[in-house]
Amino acid sequence: MSLVSTPTPITPTPPATLTVVPARHPGRWIASAVVLVLAAQFAHGLATNPGWDWPTFTGYFFERSVLRALAVTLELTLAGAVLGFLGGVLLAAMRMSRSPILQALSWTYVWVFRSVPLIVQLLFWANLGYLYDTLQIGVPFGPGFHELSTARLVGPFGAALLGLALHEAAYAGEIVRAGLLSVDQGQLEAAAALGIPRPRQFRRIVLPQAMRAILPSAANELINLLKSTSVVYVLAIGELFYQVQVVYGRNGRVVPLLMVATVWYVLLTALLSILQFYVERRFARGALRTLPPTPVQRLRTALSRGAAR
Amino acid sequence: MTAMVEIRDVHKSFGAHEVLHGVDLTVPGGSVTVVLGPSGSGKSTLLRAINHLEKVDRGTITVDGELIGYRRVGDRLNELGERHILRQRARIGFVFQSFNLFPHLTALDNVAEAPVATGRRGRADARAYARTLLGRVGLADRADAYPRQLSGGQQQRVAIARALALDPALILFDEPTSALDPELVGEVLDVLRALAAAGTTMIVVTHEIGFAREVADTVVFLDAGRIVEQGPPEQVLDHPRHERTKAFLSKVLT
Repeated sequence: MSLVSTPTPITPTPPATLTVVPARHPGRWIASAVVLVLAAQFAHGLATNPGWDWPTFTGYFFERSVLRALAVTLELTLAGAVLGFLGGVLLAAMRMSRSPILQALSWTYVWVFRSVPLIVQLLFWANLGYLYDTLQIGVPFGPGFHELSTARLVGPFGAALLGLALHEAAYAGEIVRAGLLSVDQGQLEAAAALGIPRPRQFRRIVLPQAMRAILPSAANELINLLKSTSVVYVLAIGELFYQVQVVYGRNGRVVPLLMVATVWYVLLTALLSILQFYVERRFARGALRTLPPTPVQRLRTALSRGAAR
Repeated sequence: MTAMVEIRDVHKSFGAHEVLHGVDLTVPGGSVTVVLGPSGSGKSTLLRAINHLEKVDRGTITVDGELIGYRRVGDRLNELGERHILRQRARIGFVFQSFNLFPHLTALDNVAEAPVATGRRGRADARAYARTLLGRVGLADRADAYPRQLSGGQQQRVAIARALALDPALILFDEPTSALDPELVGEVLDVLRALAAAGTTMIVVTHEIGFAREVADTVVFLDAGRIVEQGPPEQVLDHPRHERTKAFLSKVLT
């Protein structure tokens, strides 16, 4: 018996007459059908279940008190993000400095502020006046020059912003540090060898490259912050979630009003995601050989292809 | 513009491992010195010490009589502040094995960056000069390309133009062709030849023996942190006196 079998002779057919048949995927078709049925069922429910109470929803969606609360939410998000990321840059710089004291301080800050739940922190800041009745500017352990009432300096909004910003700074610090670590050491050497001053090395060489690693996480954190502002309701600040609670406390229509807040959060998150796409694209220059097309560009090529057909 | 480099009794350790055991070397202004040696012999460390990317533990390095990285106060050497060191480095060009171009800047902006950053030239002036330099390395038409859109040889030529942008009196090359595909080595060496012909002081760490024979005024053979042998190329390359030089050359030349 021979180990080498003689190959089956292939009947020579002219290549042009052979048709290519792609493999079939019945599983994929079944799964798609199931998902479509479930989605249709859900959409049907949204339209027909009277519990959603769409007239109430539309009545309150652009209602003035809701829009005013939306502005407060945006204000807290924006101010919290700006202050948080400024703090984050500072924390990252301290952590990466050569001073062990600054390193330890930064590490401790991140440890403490990541450990304490945001809601607990907010209540602490709101009760700051209990610990320190007045705040003083002056020489440490020495005489003071100027005294301020804590309650006047840190009102409920101030306490909320302080809590959000300090909480945010701890996470932002780690995000910024991750970005800075991702920049190749050779970049710093090249900049140093060219005699580029330190601040410019950071601004012009390191930060733009770090941004690529920072942006996705930072956008995540920003969206997280947008939703975290709802926790601030414990301080009775008229942000979106607090306001809809006030309204449904009055009229008892819980679900439609929760939907008002939900849809606003979803819309704002969509807006931030779009912003993220374009900012990331801006910082991708040089990292990719060719930039991916924007959705608008993709649509335009699809349309022109359709027109050409 | 040319510079003379004097290295006196330089020692350097990384932890317990001493990489340079007292190196003495004089590089006359306008000359080309090629440093050869097996890997781990301290070639790169020596080169990096010349612009203070590496601090030395003992000994002195001067460029045109100016002590690099330190100020002498009596019989003490006080390390200079960061800004002062950066100013000294601006007079010394450095070309890396791995190019280290700034990936987010175009070739033109890579070259124009240092003159603007050091206040040497205005933005428009620096860009015009960068265009001239890119022309000199044969890349005038790739000025607006990003580093990742260029081949290795092109990237290294941009890096050389970048080092030239500050009109350095001295240029240090750390294995400038070692990261390149063999067919791209020639284009980079051509640029080095042109620079040598123009009279720039150059110290080149390389394994390109042919280049050393053709362009170098002095060939230095470094082994285990000591200069074993130095002299004109025909002497060191063709009639090496030291056993270790012979052993190294026989390996590299086969």
